[in-house]
Amino acid sequence: MEHAIETRGLIKRFDGLVAVDDVNLSVRRGEIFGLLGPNGAGKSTIIKMLTTMLRPTEGEAYVWGHHIVRERDAVRSCIGVVFQDPSVDGKLTARENLDFHGRMYGMPGDERKRRIAEVLELVELYDKADVLLEEFSGGMRRRLEIARGLMHRPHVLFLDEPTLGLDTQTRRYIWDYIRKMNGEEDVTVVITTHYMEEADNLCNRVAIIDHGRIVALDTPISLKSMIGTDTLTLEVRDGLERLRDVLLGFEWVRSFDASNGYVRLSVDSAQSRIPEVVLAACRAGVRIKSVSVHEPTLEDVFLRYTGRSMRDETGKGDLVRALMRR
Amino acid sequence: MRAFDPYAIYSLWLREMIRFFRLKSRVVGSIAPPFFFLAFLGTGFSGMASRVPAGVDYINYLAPGIIGMTLLFSSTFAGMSVLWDREFGFLREIMVAPVTRLSIVLGRTAGGVTQAVLQGIIILIPGIAMGVKIKGLTGLILSVALMVLISATFIGVGLAFASRMKDMSGFSLIMNFMIFPVFLLSGALFPVQNLPEPVRILSYIDPLTYGVDALRGCLVGANSFPIIIDTLLLAGCCAATMAIGAYLFEMSDVD
Ligand SMILES: Nc1ncnc2c1ncn2[C@@H]1O[C@H](COP(=O)(O)OP(=O)(O)O)[C@@H](O)[C@H]1O
Ligand SMILES: [Mg+2]
Repeated sequence: MEHAIETRGLIKRFDGLVAVDDVNLSVRRGEIFGLLGPNGAGKSTIIKMLTTMLRPTEGEAYVWGHHIVRERDAVRSCIGVVFQDPSVDGKLTARENLDFHGRMYGMPGDERKRRIAEVLELVELYDKADVLLEEFSGGMRRRLEIARGLMHRPHVLFLDEPTLGLDTQTRRYIWDYIRKMNGEEDVTVVITTHYMEEADNLCNRVAIIDHGRIVALDTPISLKSMIGTDTLTLEVRDGLERLRDVLLGFEWVRSFDASNGYVRLSVDSAQSRIPEVVLAACRAGVRIKSVSVHEPTLEDVFLRYTGRSMRDETGKGDLVRALMRR
Repeated sequence: MRAFDPYAIYSLWLREMIRFFRLKSRVVGSIAPPFFFLAFLGTGFSGMASRVPAGVDYINYLAPGIIGMTLLFSSTFAGMSVLWDREFGFLREIMVAPVTRLSIVLGRTAGGVTQAVLQGIIILIPGIAMGVKIKGLTGLILSVALMVLISATFIGVGLAFASRMKDMSGFSLIMNFMIFPVFLLSGALFPVQNLPEPVRILSYIDPLTYGVDALRGCLVGANSFPIIIDTLLLAGCCAATMAIGAYLFEMSDVD
């Protein structure tokens, strides 16, 4: 089957700065595809090119079989987009915003009406249909934008950081809507994010992107399994030597590493090994103060491929952007 | 997809209309300045009357000029509303839709023209109360057509500026260096024949000069040039600014 999206050597330069650097990827029809990367990685620039808002400097891309430069209008009519920054008319009500949208996409009156009710229902904003958008909270506005992106039944829906700056609860709701519409409406979803949990929870496949380049692309599970096993961390008071001898006696302990009173073990399915480890420590007379398990995350995958942590870089920018979005 | 998409044009027009009737304070704000010009100049300052063509009341001379002023301000801002849409992000929603740029320009223009002409007609009401003598119904209908032309001309100008500017910073610059000279040189308040030679030449390249003169001809019969010449020149300007505005809009980036 033909791919929903296909890019070949996509490059975007902004006088000197290479924002997107030789991106090749294929998005399958029907999947939820994630672009995960820190601020400034080039995610929005990729989305803008694929949605015909920016021309690529080099390379080409097809969306639903249409060339993004030569067939802009064909591309436009088969996509829905939720941009990173707000794009609603605050002086119009939710219904009027959707009505405007439906007309722009050539939807006749009765279909528009039916569809507005449907998508508002989906994002649970039906009772807010006649409220001016300027009175919406950030989360409500985001939900409306998602409803709008879906309204004209696009084949591909682009969501650029749909949960940026939203609280955890709202974020989870939005994940639910995205899953629901991917299932019910059979729409291919491309979502960008710099939240690992989001990519991990939501996406069938994830491309990790840094400095405009795709550094890894696979299912979240495969990506994480490349990192290897879980880490079990023990905080111990004394008797490190004895503990080492005991633990290295287990064939499932792959490595043992101690520093500053902490012991790190590489272990498969670490959760289930906790009782054995604690028991063994007790028998050896070693006092354990705490135990924690770390399963590999996409964060670790990012670290492995770029040598940097994603959190370090996103923290501040996040706050600034969240403020700017007000 | 058609280059000319009536449904999308209607959608854009309707949005402008909803906003227009919802933002009443802004409408009052944009009608107030021309109203005060009309009220003060039309009553207390009738001494100017000696300068206007013989046999014409100053209020009859002034009212069409004030309508021209209303159209000029309202239309330039309507053209520049692209900037607001860019600022608030709504421009992306418009630009990502499968609608040709030509239809987008036409939709915006239709909305802007309707607003400007409505305001032009509203300002005529106090004018009539102050003694403006309308020539007749034909003149009135023709003058509405002229208002459409004047308005479209300056929407084109506003659109051209808005397409070249990234944000609102150049806005006051354009206010001061474009709108006011165009207004003052157009003969909206005083006959341009009284201006010194170099300034008078400037007033002859001001499209509003012909717009106001034609309005005077149609409304009160006080034109200085033949109405047909006025109208042709105005139509030429209108075609030119609309084409330039549409072209620059087409070329501009959304981001
Ligand atoms: N219009 C532009 N002009 C110049 N540089 C830009 C422009 N848009 C984005 N950039 C730069 O391109 C890089 C990628 O930006 P972006 O795609 O917004 O990243 P992300 O969405 O992953 O945070 C950044 O360094 C950004 O500063
Ligand atoms: Mg971004």
